[in-house]
Amino acid sequence: MSPILEVKNLYKNYGSTEVLKDIIVSIEKGDFLVLVGPSGCGKSTLLNCIAGLEPITGGDLFIGGQNMTNVSPKDRDIAMVFQSYALYPTMTVAKNITFGMKVRGIDQATQDAKLKHVSTQLQIEPLLHRKPGQLSGGQRQRVAMGRALVRDPKLFLFDEPLSNLDAKLRVEMRTEIKALHQRLGASMVYVTHDQIEAMTLATKIVVMKGGVIQQIGTPAEIYNRPANLFVADFMGSPAMNLIPAKTKKNGKGTQIEIARNNADPIVLTEKRSTDLPENIIIGVRPEDIVDAAFARTDDTQQADCMIDIVEPAGADTFAVMQLGGKHVTARLHAETTAAAGTSQRLAFDLGKVSYFKPETGLRLN
Amino acid sequence: MTDMSYAPTRTQSPTTKLVLRFVLYILLALFALFYLMPLFVMITTSLKSLDEIRTGDLVSLPREVTFDAWRTAWSSACTGIQCEGVRPYFLNSLLIAIPAVLISTIIGALNGYVVAQWKFKGANIFFALLLFGCFIPFQVVLLPMAIVLGKLGISGTIPGLIFVHVIYGLGFTTLFFRNYYVSIPSELTKAAMIDGAGFFRIFWSIFMPLSLPIIVVSVIWQFTQIWNDFLFGVSFSQAGTQPVTVALNNIVNSTTGVKEYNVDMAAAIIAALPTLLVYVVAGKYFIRGLTAGSVKG
Ligand SMILES: Nc1ncnc2c1ncn2[C@@H]1O[C@H](COP(=O)(O)OP(=O)(O)OP(=O)(O)O)[C@@H](O)[C@H]1O
Ligand SMILES: [Mg+2]
Repeated sequence: MSPILEVKNLYKNYGSTEVLKDIIVSIEKGDFLVLVGPSGCGKSTLLNCIAGLEPITGGDLFIGGQNMTNVSPKDRDIAMVFQSYALYPTMTVAKNITFGMKVRGIDQATQDAKLKHVSTQLQIEPLLHRKPGQLSGGQRQRVAMGRALVRDPKLFLFDEPLSNLDAKLRVEMRTEIKALHQRLGASMVYVTHDQIEAMTLATKIVVMKGGVIQQIGTPAEIYNRPANLFVADFMGSPAMNLIPAKTKKNGKGTQIEIARNNADPIVLTEKRSTDLPENIIIGVRPEDIVDAAFARTDDTQQADCMIDIVEPAGADTFAVMQLGGKHVTARLHAETTAAAGTSQRLAFDLGKVSYFKPETGLRLN
Repeated sequence: MTDMSYAPTRTQSPTTKLVLRFVLYILLALFALFYLMPLFVMITTSLKSLDEIRTGDLVSLPREVTFDAWRTAWSSACTGIQCEGVRPYFLNSLLIAIPAVLISTIIGALNGYVVAQWKFKGANIFFALLLFGCFIPFQVVLLPMAIVLGKLGISGTIPGLIFVHVIYGLGFTTLFFRNYYVSIPSELTKAAMIDGAGFFRIFWSIFMPLSLPIIVVSVIWQFTQIWNDFLFGVSFSQAGTQPVTVALNNIVNSTTGVKEYNVDMAAAIIAALPTLLVYVVAGKYFIRGLTAGSVKG
């Protein structure tokens, strides 16, 4: 079966500014594709191009195996939820949801049935006779979802649908969207600049920067094997520690030396026979630097480190120190003995470490 | 005054405040009087008989109220050689103003919708040119317009005058609607496009219901302009098609016999009534529309 969405070498210019460059993405039925990237990187533009709301400068676009490059939005069999929700302000919630069906001339009985089904699903029945102006942010968000869901399209497009909600509601709606996706088995493209949203929702993540795709992969791939320094830094919270280091080869493998102020360098041994250049940047997730006392003994290497700051965060305690001239965060046990200004024995787990070439920022291992 | 936890530093004593208030109201009343005086004189004069006007005082109330002058002004005052009052011309003005207001408002709304929401190549230049049209003085277009009307074969007719007013008003109505519609988020249009609605459907179902306040603005503006217009009326009309402003001028200026001030005044009030009415009726909707129509969604 052909992919639900296939974007082939898409380019988009506004006048002489290139906003999207050589975008290649495809998703299968039931995929939840999340587009992430910093503000202004072209996420909304890409979504608008997929929807047909913006003409594309180059490339092709297939939806459900059909070339949709020059097809108008209404014939693409898509539904879209906008960042601002874009509810029709003079229509009631019910009219908002059924407008699309009305325009397409679907009979009243079907409209009513679908409206009932969707409003039950989203628990908005009590709101059906209100105008959008009389709804809270979360309620509007649901109505916007409802408007998309009644369509039952091949592809759902979401443009930062949760960004206007407060933190708590955002987490709730995130879970609901995930549940909805699993229940419907629908195919979705979802834009966000919140990397936690991306990790939790996606079956596939596209990380973008400056209109160029940096990496495409499952959340685990993106998290564990970032393709370059940008992705490594962008995905994960707290961010991956990116520490400059020097390498030396000897019989047992490669020695990795991390310089420190006022102390001997930390030397870690990379036993896998990777062929690393002399200068590298090593990427270690905070959770791979732990209390030596709590470490799983096998594959870790230990060192005493001077702790600068301790940040208890409930389930964990984050400790910040200086390594290789960078702030490095370690994720310690909640009951750690670490204290600011004292030395603590930490264990480094190199099992999932990433190596990057400083000049290009590309991944080495 | 026990709870004075927060007070501005420079408070005025209650008496000073009262005095200032009083002075303010006196001033406002004086201004109001100043502006209402001519209307007062017009109304009282129109209700007096000619004798009373000749003998009496300009600002005094009529000793004996008579509607003769109004009757004359409406149906038998002379505008040159004809003596039919302002009635036929009043009718002409209605026949010109109503279609011209409607057409220019509808086209202006469509123009504004296109310029604000359907950015096409050259949209800005198109809009700038339209705006420029607002600032061309009437006198400049007289001659070219006369030629165009001649070519179209509608010079001297009521459709001709409607045409002139529609063309001249389009710049303004487009401006009104464009400025109103640019504040409506373009995502609304996009959402409707995905819902399957086309150009006119979006205009009709999404934009029109939001537009009451600006329609009222456009109607008030256009109606006042067109009803009060004299220059186009006098330039592009002929015997049977003159608007009421031209007729009023003719009544006042026809100098056969004694000057009938009461008739002149009554005719002037009649000519001004529709614009007053539009303000009174639509002004209310204007305020209501402004407060009710919230674009937030
Ligand atoms: N109509 C336009 N004309 C010119 N440039 C535009 C236009 N629309 C967007 N851009 C530019 O394209 C780039 C991408 O914009 P886009 O809205 O896609 O960013 P985004 O990734 O969605 O950002 P955000 O997370 O802030 O929503 C931006 O640099 C923006 O300035
Ligand atoms: Mg965006």
